[in-house]
Amino acid sequence: MKILVLLSQVPDTTARIAFTNDNTQYDSAGVTFIVNPYDEWYALVRALELKEAAGSGSVTTITVGGADTDATIRKGLAIGADEAVRVDAQPTEALQVAEHIAAYAKDRGFDLVLAGKETIDHNGGQVGAMVAELLDLPYVPLASKLDVNGTVATVERDVPNGVEVLEVSLPVVIGAAKGMAEQRIPNMRGIMAARTKPLTVVPAAAVDNTGGTVKFELPPAKGAVKMIPVEEAGKLIELLHTEAKVI
Amino acid sequence: MSVIVFIDSRGDKIPKAAQEAVTYASQLAGGPVTVVTFGGSTLLESLGAQGAKKVIVARGVAIVDGQQLTKLVCDVATKESATTIVCVHDGTGKAVAPRVAARLKAGHVAGALGLPVDGRFKRNVFSGKAQAWMEVTSPIKVISLSPNSIPIAKGEGTVAVEEYSGDLGAARITVKEVRKAGTGIPLPEAEIVVSGGRGMKGPENWAGIEELAQLLGGATACSRPVADMHWRPHHEHVGQTGLAIRPNCYIAIGISGAIQHLAGVNQSKVIAVINTDPEAPFFKAADYGIVGDAFVVLPKLIEAAKKLNAER
Repeated sequence: MKILVLLSQVPDTTARIAFTNDNTQYDSAGVTFIVNPYDEWYALVRALELKEAAGSGSVTTITVGGADTDATIRKGLAIGADEAVRVDAQPTEALQVAEHIAAYAKDRGFDLVLAGKETIDHNGGQVGAMVAELLDLPYVPLASKLDVNGTVATVERDVPNGVEVLEVSLPVVIGAAKGMAEQRIPNMRGIMAARTKPLTVVPAAAVDNTGGTVKFELPPAKGAVKMIPVEEAGKLIELLHTEAKVI
Repeated sequence: MSVIVFIDSRGDKIPKAAQEAVTYASQLAGGPVTVVTFGGSTLLESLGAQGAKKVIVARGVAIVDGQQLTKLVCDVATKESATTIVCVHDGTGKAVAPRVAARLKAGHVAGALGLPVDGRFKRNVFSGKAQAWMEVTSPIKVISLSPNSIPIAKGEGTVAVEEYSGDLGAARITVKEVRKAGTGIPLPEAEIVVSGGRGMKGPENWAGIEELAQLLGGATACSRPVADMHWRPHHEHVGQTGLAIRPNCYIAIGISGAIQHLAGVNQSKVIAVINTDPEAPFFKAADYGIVGDAFVVLPKLIEAAKKLNAER
């Protein structure tokens, strides 16, 4: 089984969020970058598990970005991916990311394309579905479980008040959510091996331009918390009703 | 500007988020709009109240197959010469809206928080820790609306319901099983959410959380450790790796408020926190706080909620 995993670089989950250049750019000064958790913990690890269970196949990661993402890409190789591809481009919107990835994946015969359900910086959850559309493949978002039996994938996804179990024939694109796998910490052997695994840089594809983010803003600072003594706890309900007017 | 809106109407009732999306589309258009949908709801005429004039429904489609639904939406978009396609930013919308955008080379706003200001759409980024203003420059726009973003219009209007007659091809996805875990208000739609954490000490203690949620007409949620320990089902987990919700009122009981939890709830309009630890980080993000034991506070809240319900 030939698996492609979409790997994105994002600021660490605890990174300070600030903007520069008149709030048009993320301020990355002093920020540690990581592999997007949904891509790493769920998509990549499940891809490795499926390859291990099958006893054959390959796991390739693909990232769209500059050379500054190479350290993050090596982390994916250290966890166990066989090879990595970086499309050398600076996308400004989700559709461009998808177009770069689809241009690479087209005609390469991947059986399974796995992406995290969304990135923790842009939170769009768009790229997986867009890649699927551009490759004319089915797509299942928000999948919490994935098994492959021959050429059929069984996928579970959370829906309001329950779980839906789906079947879909390969090839397919899946958006991976929590539950699909457990995080793997790379060991020393993996980290050493990652240094010599192939990281292929491919040139940017022709992409569309449909707009993008023009400005960021931070939410207004929260006012002081109003504390209610525990003896008068019931007053909370009264305040939520009469003062906050939300119940 | 011609606006169409795609909604999921498989259930008996038209979901709240779908009614919001139709309201939003009609406000964007400045008049009645065409709705495109699938499933068997018999209440499609009621969408006139939210500003629909026509509903085109693919009755035979009962499951979320992104490719079939993308064809449906694109067919109707062409027929109606739509320049804006509104979707809901939920499980169905996430399977369809980005595909429609990719097919039509349309800019896509994933999770708009309201009507545009000076042509720019606001959405959450960095897991709710910041917002971005987005501009769409392509001739066609796809706008996915976040649930709980605008009040539902309650106007009057008549609706012509039309059956979609095109060919959507065979579904490539089949549903083997649906496991229902509850019948309450779906969490992403809930305006009031009562949530429990490790401070609840065990699944057997959830009756109080459920009772309070029910009295307030809300839904129940939980923190990640609670879902990981299987005290509560995973679909109730809110936070960075679970659901991100934005109710009017979030009541957190026995949750310390780690940054990953806050990422899922920091868009709530009002947050009330009950925790034994006065240093719990959640108090810094809260509007109201009570330092106290859940088992002391919950009965008092339930009693107060009963009193409030009796009075109104």
